[in-house]
Amino acid sequence: MADYRLKTPLSEADVRQLKVGDSVTLDGVIFGVRDGNLIRVFDKNVPPPVDWHGAALLHTAPNVRKLGPGRYEPVSIGTTTSMRMDRFTEALLRDHGVRAILGKGGLSDKSAQLMAQYGAVYLSVTGGAAALETLQIEEIEKVYWEDLMPECIWQIRFNGFGPLTVGIDAHGNNLQRDVQMEAEKRTADILKKMGVA
Amino acid sequence: MEVPENFYSLIETVCRDLYIQSLKEIPPDVVEAVKRAASRETKEVAKRIFSHYLQSIELGRTKDMIVCQDTGIPIYWVEIGGNMRLDGSRLSKAIVSGTERATREHPLRSSIVSPLKRENRQTSTGERIPIIHYDFVADSDVLDILFMPKGSGSENMSSLKMLVPADGVNGIKRFVMEQVVGAGAKPCPPTIVGIGIGGSSDLCMTLAKKATTRPLGSPNPDPEIAALEKELFEAINQTGIGPQGLGGETTALAVHIESAWTHITCNPVAVNMQCWRAERRRAKVWADGRVELGF
Repeated sequence: MADYRLKTPLSEADVRQLKVGDSVTLDGVIFGVRDGNLIRVFDKNVPPPVDWHGAALLHTAPNVRKLGPGRYEPVSIGTTTSMRMDRFTEALLRDHGVRAILGKGGLSDKSAQLMAQYGAVYLSVTGGAAALETLQIEEIEKVYWEDLMPECIWQIRFNGFGPLTVGIDAHGNNLQRDVQMEAEKRTADILKKMGVA
Repeated sequence: MEVPENFYSLIETVCRDLYIQSLKEIPPDVVEAVKRAASRETKEVAKRIFSHYLQSIELGRTKDMIVCQDTGIPIYWVEIGGNMRLDGSRLSKAIVSGTERATREHPLRSSIVSPLKRENRQTSTGERIPIIHYDFVADSDVLDILFMPKGSGSENMSSLKMLVPADGVNGIKRFVMEQVVGAGAKPCPPTIVGIGIGGSSDLCMTLAKKATTRPLGSPNPDPEIAALEKELFEAINQTGIGPQGLGGETTALAVHIESAWTHITCNPVAVNMQCWRAERRRAKVWADGRVELGF
C-alpha cells in the first residue's frame, strides 16, 4: 500500500496509478454534491453550473455560517453515505469527466466497473469525523444553487484533505464490496455455529 | 410540586444547549469503547480510520467543534417525575423552540425537510419533528430530558420484521445478523446495534431506538435477554466489517436489546443502529430551576 498526495483537477494517469487500500491526500478544489443537487442535474435535466472534467466530487452537505451574499464559512463539513447517489455514477463519469468520487460507505460493483472503464476512483472518507475534515478546508470558494440549502453545490478548497482510503480503484477492485462479501460468507458459518442455520 | 412560570423558558435554553453540546462532546462511555476498539486493530486501514475518529472526538471536546456534520433528526426522551405539576403542552412547545434556537443561534445545519416537496424551513423542525417521547416516573421530583441527534447514515439502515412465534429466538438472531451485515459500511461502523423485541410494530421499532440510548455495554436486566445481547455482540464482531466497512476487528461497539410483551401470534424484531459517535446528552431539571447535565 502506497501513500499519494495529489492536486485537483485530476488526470486519468493520476487516478490509474492508485490501488485499493492506498492512501491519498488531496489538495485543491473539491465539489460538494449529494441527493438534492444530483437529482436536479440528472432527473430534472438542469446542467451543472460548473465544469466537472477532472473533478473530485465529495458527497456532503455542510454546516455553514453565512458571511454575506453567497459567502459562507465552514462550521462542520463532513461526508455522507455514497450508496444513495450510486445511480448517478455512469453519467458523472461518461458525460462530465469526473475522476474521483469521495464519500463514505462505498459504491456498487456496477460503479466499480464504470470507474475501470472511464478511469476514475472512489476515495473513502472517514464518516463522522467531520471535525478533522473541516480543519483541512482552506475556504468555501463558491456556492451554487443556494435555494437547495444545505444541498447546494459547494466549491470547497482543501489543503491536505485526508488521508483518504482508495475504496475503488480504476482496475475493477472494490474494497468495501470485498469486505462485505467476506462478511456474508462468515455470517453463514457464524449462524451455523449459533445453531440457527 | 408546581413548576414556576419561568420553568418553560429554562427548558427552552436547556434543549438548545443539549442539541449543540451533543454534537460536540461524545459521551465518555462511547469514547472509551472507541479507544478500546482502536487498540485492537492491527491493519493499517482500520488503524487510520480509528485515528480519524479519535482526532475528531478530541477536536469536538477541546476546540468546541461539531464532530459530525449530520445534525440528525432531533429526538427527545422525556421522563416526567410524578411529583411535578406542569403544563405538558407548554413543555412540548419549549422543546420545539429550543431546537429551533440551537439551529438559528449556533448556527446548525437544518437536516429536516417535508417528505414530498423536500422543503427545508432551516429550523430543524417541521411536522411532528422534533420527535418527543414522554414517560412518567413515580415518586420523582425531576424532569429528565435525554436528547439524541439521530444521524441518517445509521437511521436509513433501520428495519422491522414481523416474525411469527414459530420463528422463535433463532428467527430473531438470523434477522439481526442479516440486517447488520447487509448494512455493511453504510451506518458508519462500529455501531451500537439497538434491537427491539416484542410489542406492536411501532413499539418494537421505538424499543430498538431506545436501546441505542443506553450507556454502552450496560446489560439488559433480564439475564436471558442479556445473554442474547452478548451472543449477538460476539457474532457481529466476527464478521470483519470493521470501521467504515473497510475491514477490521470491531463492527459493533455494543448490542442492546429492549423488550415488550406482545400478541400471541406476534414475534416482532426491529433493528435500529447508531453510528460510532452515538451522540446523546442528558439534562435533569428540578422545579426550583436546578439543572444537572450528563449523558
